[in-house]
Amino acid sequence: MSDAILPSAVTATPARSPSRARGESPAVQVVLIAVSLAFLLLFLLLPLVTVFIEAAAKGWEAYRAAITEPDALAAIRLTLLVAAIAVPFNIVVGIAAAWAVAKFEFRGKNLLISLIDLPFSVSPVISGLVFVLLFGAQGYFGPWLQANDLKIVFALPGLILATVFVTFPFVARELIPHMQSLGSSDDEAALTLGASPWRVFFCVTLPNVKWSLFYGVLLCNARAMGEFGAVAVVSGKIRGLTNTMPLHIEILYNEYMGAAAFAVASLLAGLALVTLVLKTLLEWRYGDAIAASRRH
Amino acid sequence: MTRPVYSRLLRAGLVLGAFTLCFGVVAGARAQTELLNVSYDPTRELYREINAAFIAEWNAKHPDKKIATIRQSHGGSGAQARTVIDGLNADVVTLALAGDIDAVAERSKKLPLDWQKRLPHNSSPYTSTIVFLVRKGNPKAIKDWGDLVKPGVQIITPNPKTSGGARWNYLAAWAYAEKAFNKDEGKVRDYIAKLLANVPVLDTGARGATTTFTQRGIGDVFLSWENEAFLALKEFGADKFDIVVPSLSILAEPPVALVDGNVDAKKTREQAQAYLEFLYTPKGQAIIAKNFYRPRNPEAADAKDIANFPKVELVTIDDVFGSWKKAQPTHFGDGGTFDQLYKPAR
Repeated sequence: MSDAILPSAVTATPARSPSRARGESPAVQVVLIAVSLAFLLLFLLLPLVTVFIEAAAKGWEAYRAAITEPDALAAIRLTLLVAAIAVPFNIVVGIAAAWAVAKFEFRGKNLLISLIDLPFSVSPVISGLVFVLLFGAQGYFGPWLQANDLKIVFALPGLILATVFVTFPFVARELIPHMQSLGSSDDEAALTLGASPWRVFFCVTLPNVKWSLFYGVLLCNARAMGEFGAVAVVSGKIRGLTNTMPLHIEILYNEYMGAAAFAVASLLAGLALVTLVLKTLLEWRYGDAIAASRRH
Repeated sequence: MTRPVYSRLLRAGLVLGAFTLCFGVVAGARAQTELLNVSYDPTRELYREINAAFIAEWNAKHPDKKIATIRQSHGGSGAQARTVIDGLNADVVTLALAGDIDAVAERSKKLPLDWQKRLPHNSSPYTSTIVFLVRKGNPKAIKDWGDLVKPGVQIITPNPKTSGGARWNYLAAWAYAEKAFNKDEGKVRDYIAKLLANVPVLDTGARGATTTFTQRGIGDVFLSWENEAFLALKEFGADKFDIVVPSLSILAEPPVALVDGNVDAKKTREQAQAYLEFLYTPKGQAIIAKNFYRPRNPEAADAKDIANFPKVELVTIDDVFGSWKKAQPTHFGDGGTFDQLYKPAR
């Protein structure tokens, strides 16, 4: 029905340009576009370009040496490993949390939603410190951990915990509004047709939200690899062992190895760019599907 | 249907996650002869060279107990002490001042309180002092401590709460003022307050402060470890900065210590002990001098390196302040003179 009405509504105002339709003068439009473009160029693109220029400052050989040096390789491996564990974990828990919030009514639901947002509102330094307070040698579980020869802070588990903590909201935050907007009618239809709950989940629920999920995973991954504050607190900064890429970059810079620091930085920026390109490609290729399935 | 794809993906993801987790934990727990040296900021270059030399020497002598690597962690001395107290598994700590190792001994109970008596020279295999690094040609004509409190002079020094070097800076300034004002406490405090008022930013560690001064170009004078000042000249060229040696400075004794609790748990006592003793050998002392630290045994070092060190009147912390155990709470504890005199920039 609406299909029949819409075209006629459009044809009723055929000659209007988009700007006039919104009642703004072309000058305002030009100024707005110019301001946002200038801002993007100055504050986002310029620093990014600087990273790559500085990285290339000492030539290809120096660049290659900087990123294949053992400590740098260890940092790259560690960063990828931490992301490879933190991101799948957040996917599973994020889906579960989003599912619980979107599909069920229960007491304390608002509290749960606020809790999901907690890592966004807490400074990363504090996110790191809480783990030191809990698991450090002087912390609540410290003596027990030491007695059992378990290491959490200043080792891989601490890095993973801190990363999981700061990146947790990305997946759940993307999924909740989308799942809420979808409602549960599709799932109920599938259930009444005799599908098992697992089948409903994998064949109906998940495909419905796949773009939000994917988007959440991209953001989650980008942050997991780039996190500095929380990770710096729990890392102990042991080179070649608990230094992630962002920490390694700071160390190199502080050792007067500017070109090497920017070489590793360019690699990290490159990973972020790949994420961005991936997202843009998806939006371009599947734009309609995403638009149809995403509300915000 | 899409179902198999999703469930297979999910299952693969879970298996991968579990696998990497196990792998990570196992790799983290695997015993290796690896030493961890938790140090302060400016020693990065020094220990890189010391580690390589020590490993070569040790492994040649002890083919059955080889050391695979010596790991390094660097940061502000106070902050590094904090991480060791919180459980960073250091075999040895090589910090900027005895007060920080005292803190580790008191709070973690992993080394005896009299640790400083265990190695020669107060457990300090090298010393250093505090000098001024100024911009080329010394445009603000800074010659001595008295010039630092002139209006319009911007001083770069790190935060004494987290940086060992900054505490030496602070005490050196205090020692100068005591001498200049004949121990008139009011005038000394007035001088220190004026000096701190000229500090635009307090970095957490010496290296951060060096970068602020050299790379970000902030400030007229940088109160610096002597070794850090020489390193800045070497890295950026002698045409950018000048070193100014004040009339009086402080003998800084950065100490080293074995963390007994950790080496016994890791069974690395023998190697860690030898590592610290290596610092006192002629070979160690020569590397120390080459990296702009003042060796205890100058005869062992290259005469050219020794000639670098300017002659300066050095007072010790014990002469002026009694000891670190006294100076630390009086000046840098909560509510100490630093807290009383430092008013952050308005």
